[in-house]
Amino acid sequence: MAKLTGQERYVDDLPIGDHLWGATVRSPSPRGRIRSIEFGPGVDWSRFTIVTADDIPGRNAVFLMEYDQPALADDRVRHVHEPVVLLAHPSRDVVRRAAKLVAIHVDPEPAVLDFCAPPTREQIQHGDDNVFKRILIEKGDVEDALAAAPIVVEGEYFTGAQEHVYLETQGMLAYVEDGVVVIKGSMQCPYYVVKALKPLLGRDESGLRVIQTATGGGFGGKEEYPSTIAAHAALLALKSGRPVKLVYDRWEDMAVTTKRHPARIRHRTGVDETGRLLAQDIEIVLDGGAYVTLSPVVLSRAVIHAGGPYACDNVRIDGRAVLTNAVPFGAFRGFGAPQAFFGLERHMDGVASRLGLDPAELRRRNLIRDGQSTATSQTIRDGVDREEVLDLALRMSGWAERRAEIERLNAADPLVKRGLGLATFHHGAGFTGNGEVMLESVVHVAGTPDGGVEVRAASVEMGQGTTTIFTQLAADRLGLDAERVAIAQPDTHRVPDSGPSVASRTAMVVGHLVERACDDLRRHLGLGNDARGEVVSAAIRAWYDDDGRETPTELVGEAVYVQPSHVEWDEETYRGDAYGAFAWAAYVAEVEVDLRTCETRVTDFVTAQEVGRVLNQTLARGQIQGGVAQAISWALLEDVCWKDGAMQNAQLTNYIIPTSDDLPSIRVAFLEVPYEHGAQGAKGIGELPMDGPAPAIANALAHALGVETDRIPLTPERLLAELDRRAASAAETGADAGRRAAS
Amino acid sequence: VTAPVHAGDLPATGPAIAVRFHLNGAKVAVEVDPAERLLETLRYRLGLTGTKEGCAEGECGACTVHLDGVPANSCLVLTFQVEGRRVESVEALDEAALEPFLAGGATQCGACTPGVVMTAAWIVGHPELLETHRIRELMAGNLCRCTGYDGIIESVETALPRELPGTAKAARDTAPGDA
Repeated sequence: MAKLTGQERYVDDLPIGDHLWGATVRSPSPRGRIRSIEFGPGVDWSRFTIVTADDIPGRNAVFLMEYDQPALADDRVRHVHEPVVLLAHPSRDVVRRAAKLVAIHVDPEPAVLDFCAPPTREQIQHGDDNVFKRILIEKGDVEDALAAAPIVVEGEYFTGAQEHVYLETQGMLAYVEDGVVVIKGSMQCPYYVVKALKPLLGRDESGLRVIQTATGGGFGGKEEYPSTIAAHAALLALKSGRPVKLVYDRWEDMAVTTKRHPARIRHRTGVDETGRLLAQDIEIVLDGGAYVTLSPVVLSRAVIHAGGPYACDNVRIDGRAVLTNAVPFGAFRGFGAPQAFFGLERHMDGVASRLGLDPAELRRRNLIRDGQSTATSQTIRDGVDREEVLDLALRMSGWAERRAEIERLNAADPLVKRGLGLATFHHGAGFTGNGEVMLESVVHVAGTPDGGVEVRAASVEMGQGTTTIFTQLAADRLGLDAERVAIAQPDTHRVPDSGPSVASRTAMVVGHLVERACDDLRRHLGLGNDARGEVVSAAIRAWYDDDGRETPTELVGEAVYVQPSHVEWDEETYRGDAYGAFAWAAYVAEVEVDLRTCETRVTDFVTAQEVGRVLNQTLARGQIQGGVAQAISWALLEDVCWKDGAMQNAQLTNYIIPTSDDLPSIRVAFLEVPYEHGAQGAKGIGELPMDGPAPAIANALAHALGVETDRIPLTPERLLAELDRRAASAAETGADAGRRAAS
Repeated sequence: VTAPVHAGDLPATGPAIAVRFHLNGAKVAVEVDPAERLLETLRYRLGLTGTKEGCAEGECGACTVHLDGVPANSCLVLTFQVEGRRVESVEALDEAALEPFLAGGATQCGACTPGVVMTAAWIVGHPELLETHRIRELMAGNLCRCTGYDGIIESVETALPRELPGTAKAARDTAPGDA
């Protein structure tokens, strides 16, 4: 209710009295040496707190995977908008205007701006080839299988960057209290901020406290980037001795924060005449931008999903994430998988068309059955009937009849063309391979003196429903009313590290820890797992009443992550069980294109998915519909325009996301096969809906127009160019035929 | 909430302007910079932070207020323009009217929500709008990145008064033969 009445306090809403406002001065250049910093005339700079790299007490890096990204550029810059100088001042308006009066002068060096082109020697900035990470997955013998295959189909696909556009822009508040640096703000991963600030400020956990405030959307955009803003706010607070609030406006948020990695995906696929997959040879290149950020793990998820939910004995997937001098790319819902599936599922339609097979039939013949294995040789045995998922989507969309009807309609209508497209896909939940083991996530459930419990986890509420789900899980586990369950605000001095709120892991992985911590709490009380409700409440109250000491020992149940025994993963060879569980889905899109404007409308969208047990219908449906909306938008509207590796259209005026009138009602159906290692049988759900819509829409557009739709976003301009190209090649063919006839 | 702007730090854009208006039923008097927007006055001068800044250029609707009873983007209104006028912000809304939004999946992260419910309240108060417009059209000034809009649209339908002829709600609620 607080969100509805405007009472919810986001970081920019926090009243903190006598604070300063921060602003960031940034590089104008994609690469070069900083020659000088010029503070403009007409401003009394003595009234500002000014921070540069020289003011950093510890190591100048925003650490997550590597130490390569400085918190403030020192002698050189590696991308446009790289932070160089920080300012703070009592007035929000003054500091923002003053930041524009500081000039950073840079002697340029050769920048890399095309991630597909091999770098020249002068452009090398990482290792000897600018490759941040390469991953190779091999199964069977691809070359032999391709050589022997009766039919080989090749294709090349491109996906563009995408800006998160969470409605609350990023921001942090920092202050020093009793010698502790306190950070409050909008974030997905409080412990990532701690990890980044420890080396930067030369402090340990006790001298750093990170508290998540109400977070207005994340989608991955508040996974790693908040650490940078927290670092800046902390440096300004330490230097000024005052609280500092650093809140980005929309332009700054869109221009300087991470985005989805642009990608090029190539496929070479061998099939027999019946459409059975004999070999998949796949290459993926991701544009990493100027620093490593999370690109290696985004690449990991991309390559693991690139072969799709299909059984194939011979697979090679070769992935690279490469450096360019673009603003660094980072986490975004789906985390590499949407790019991989765009390539794969467009390509599957190409294969179907070559064979003259119905796209649904080609997929049906290749969907993994229990006992068969994925590209990483992970044997799937989860009891899910993936054909049933496909059939559900086909039934809901009336696939075969509607395709036929559309073809009749298109033949009769010269101006409006319709199309129906399909994608089948899967999404692994939780961290990849041994990732969850390395995280060693911990959850506490504490008894409160009134007989209730408080769940303490670092998982954040950002709109996806963590608070509701954790409340439900603890209440159900202990047989308590929901009113007896409190969820602690993520605060690194109060909650243990239960890992980041990413990777569709919160309900499935951390939720399961909540359940186990409830069991541990009962153990402390001498109760078995059959004790529920008032029995538990009474025992909790008794714990505090009977303790007898002045300060009773707090009753805390704890759970630490344990890898399910069936999961085995080899990081060296990229073989084994990449994820404990996959969600499976089939989506169908229907589109309508007006040939006068080349504008595409999605007129119907059907989603069928198996996500384990659905914990909360409203929240689950909201996750699917919201994810689909973002993916439709990525496929059709969201076009990041680049200059020197920086976004030129960092405004909602010319970077378009859909309104309520641009989207159809999104139909959602779940099949439920409980997953025994997930909370109440749940599997991850948050990212799945980002994977399928783009290829389903591109396939629908190809069906509608008969043109190549291998590059997104499929804006009206791009569709018009494709239609012109088709017309030109048709004219060419016609002219050739004419010449041949004449000769 | 607001820190004073020190004269001489940077030039002001012009002499301060005294503005009086009605805010959520009360009279308000402020002195503002000519370039100050209503959104800033509400949030940083008067401490009414329910109204959110989403884009500051009239695209997203997170800052929607009612200006003389009609939804307006407060980021596009200069404060001196509301002299003598009636402004309602989200803080003035009746909580009971918001129940459908709580149940219906209309809000996830909540950042767009104050603007969404301001527009929704206007539609609910003027159901005659639905004789000429669809709810999806009327809500198109409020961007939401979380829900995909279905939860919002359904909540507006639920919140509409039951007994109004000619509305989508009335049409849906009237079983065949009832008339």
